[in-house]
Amino acid sequence: MPGSLHILTLVKWVPDAQLERTIGEDRRVERTEGVLGELDEYPIEAALQIREALEKSAPETTVRVTALIMGPDGASTALKKALQIGADEGFHLDDEQLAAADIYATSAALAGAITHIHKNHDADSQLLVLTGMASEDGESGAVPAQLAQRLGGLAALTQATSLTVESDRVVVDRVSGNTRQKVAAGLPAVVSVTDQANEPRYPNFKAIMKARKKPVTTLSLADLGLTAIAVQSKISLIAAEPRPEREAGQIIHDDGTAGTQLADYLEKEGLL
Amino acid sequence: MTSVLIVFDRVDEQLTGAQAELLAHGTALGSEVVIVTGQLPANGAEPLAVSGITGVLTGETPIHAPDPALAELVQTAAGELQADLILGPDTPDTVDALARAAAALDTGLITGATGVTGSGAATKTVLAGTWRTTAQLSEGSPLIATLKSNTTSADLPAVAQAPEVVELPVSASGLVEILETTEVPSTGRPALTEASTVVAAGRGVDGDLSLVEELADELGAALGASREVTDAGWMDHSAQIGQTGVTVSPQLYISVGISGAVQQKAGMQTSERIVAINKDEDAPVFEITDFGVVGDLNHVLPQLISEIRKRR
Ligand SMILES: Cc1cc2nc3c(=O)[nH]c(=O)nc-3n(C[C@H](O)[C@H](O)[C@H](O)COP(=O)(O)OP(=O)(O)OC[C@H]3O[C@@H](n4cnc5c(N)ncnc54)[C@H](O)[C@@H]3O)c2cc1C
Repeated sequence: MPGSLHILTLVKWVPDAQLERTIGEDRRVERTEGVLGELDEYPIEAALQIREALEKSAPETTVRVTALIMGPDGASTALKKALQIGADEGFHLDDEQLAAADIYATSAALAGAITHIHKNHDADSQLLVLTGMASEDGESGAVPAQLAQRLGGLAALTQATSLTVESDRVVVDRVSGNTRQKVAAGLPAVVSVTDQANEPRYPNFKAIMKARKKPVTTLSLADLGLTAIAVQSKISLIAAEPRPEREAGQIIHDDGTAGTQLADYLEKEGLL
Repeated sequence: MTSVLIVFDRVDEQLTGAQAELLAHGTALGSEVVIVTGQLPANGAEPLAVSGITGVLTGETPIHAPDPALAELVQTAAGELQADLILGPDTPDTVDALARAAAALDTGLITGATGVTGSGAATKTVLAGTWRTTAQLSEGSPLIATLKSNTTSADLPAVAQAPEVVELPVSASGLVEILETTEVPSTGRPALTEASTVVAAGRGVDGDLSLVEELADELGAALGASREVTDAGWMDHSAQIGQTGVTVSPQLYISVGISGAVQQKAGMQTSERIVAINKDEDAPVFEITDFGVVGDLNHVLPQLISEIRKRR
């Protein structure tokens, strides 16, 4: 594939899933201990592997890997991590109007940002947008397809367990119901990448140093030519309560009768 | 009058449990309930011959996910019927089609709901099953939602006559080329997301599935696994339970040789009852078990299986 390819990865700043996560009085997920979503490392790794493969098979192609994040100021730490893993350049869409954005608002804002970046930075290159399989806080997995729809009805190949770029198209393995599919779509396209696809690299000291010099551009909705109305959420959270914590029940140590005791428990509870 | 559209990316000769549940959700809410599907089986709309279904809409050609034409079909159907509510199962292909349709119809989408009301609200658990929320459509119409399975009782009475099928002027787009398809091998056991009992195996089984399979078959349970087990190739990836696998919410979850990492818990902690067998008393899984056995699965399971046999 001659010419140039721009692989734009979408990443998100999310509360650390290893810690207790809460929804505040304002019905927003608290983000103080934010990190780069673990599931967003897979699309970055996929982008780097596509570049490495094309360097061998099509050395005349230039491949640019960028990362786009949408979130408040604090999200810049997650963007920095994406640059450390290996993206060349970062874009940070930071606008107060986007707080508590739902799927609709998120995809509208991201579509605006992607269009802006592509038009102003490398309008001539082919575009491949990669995302994680789902965000770790929203967990919907619905943004990639909605984004593809908004980018002029592009194909969305979601839940990829592997992907390659061959000439002007992307080829993906995925599961559809009870079948495994190999599917292809011409570029530009949107692909969401699962944790089955690769093993993300761990940034070494050299990569961390190099990332400090990588450019980051901050964007607002006004820069994208979007009004608040265009990114207004359609869904609002009207109630949120923690699920009652599961309490640890009875624990027994096997003294040679644990199987019997477990059967007793299941029988008593009507579970046999 | 409430008009409900139910979206299935495909219908096979037998409805899945999740599809049957959707029909129950839909008929409870709507006076007019229409099915939209990309594909019908050889016996046509016969699997949809249940009480309360008004009709079936398809395209002029079969439409296979992930073809965006599926969303166009939904959008066209919604326009024709002035739908108040569009529902589908919470599977990736349906989520994708409904996400696209929501953008095209300028309305909101709620995924992974556990219940939906006629007035545009839905309940769902978030943050890996640790919070319960209610979300509401505040702008636009219709509400579009995907529903998790095991959220209603499934059985609707069958009727003699299959519903009428009408083709809408939408056909496959050619935007996506399907190069190959292979069936995921069937296990012969109940589907993980629909089973009332799930036996899940972790790295502790060390590649030997015979005991967990025997236990699952004794209980009529589905068999699932941790990511360690599917990554090792001991079971197919479709059996993986957790954040990046399937989410299950059965009446009984039996965790065998699984440590209970957050990503594993994310897929099972809304189970009604949790039982675990692990030889390490500090395994995090014991923080959420109703009944925990600290012991070697190779000793505990044979005794458990023979005790279950005796008692049934
Ligand atoms: C992005 C990401 C996504 C992930 N998604 C998932 C997911 O969806 N699902 C998932 O499960 N994991 C997921 N993981 C992996 C997760 O973090 C854990 O590594 C995994 O769940 C551990 O599997 P395990 O409990 O089988 O293995 P281990 O953690 O190795 O635990 C094995 C357990 O078996 C016990 N054991 C050993 N021998 C015996 C015996 N003879 N009798 C009884 N007990 C015994 C041990 O005490 C130990 O507790 C994900 C990780 C990442 C980074």
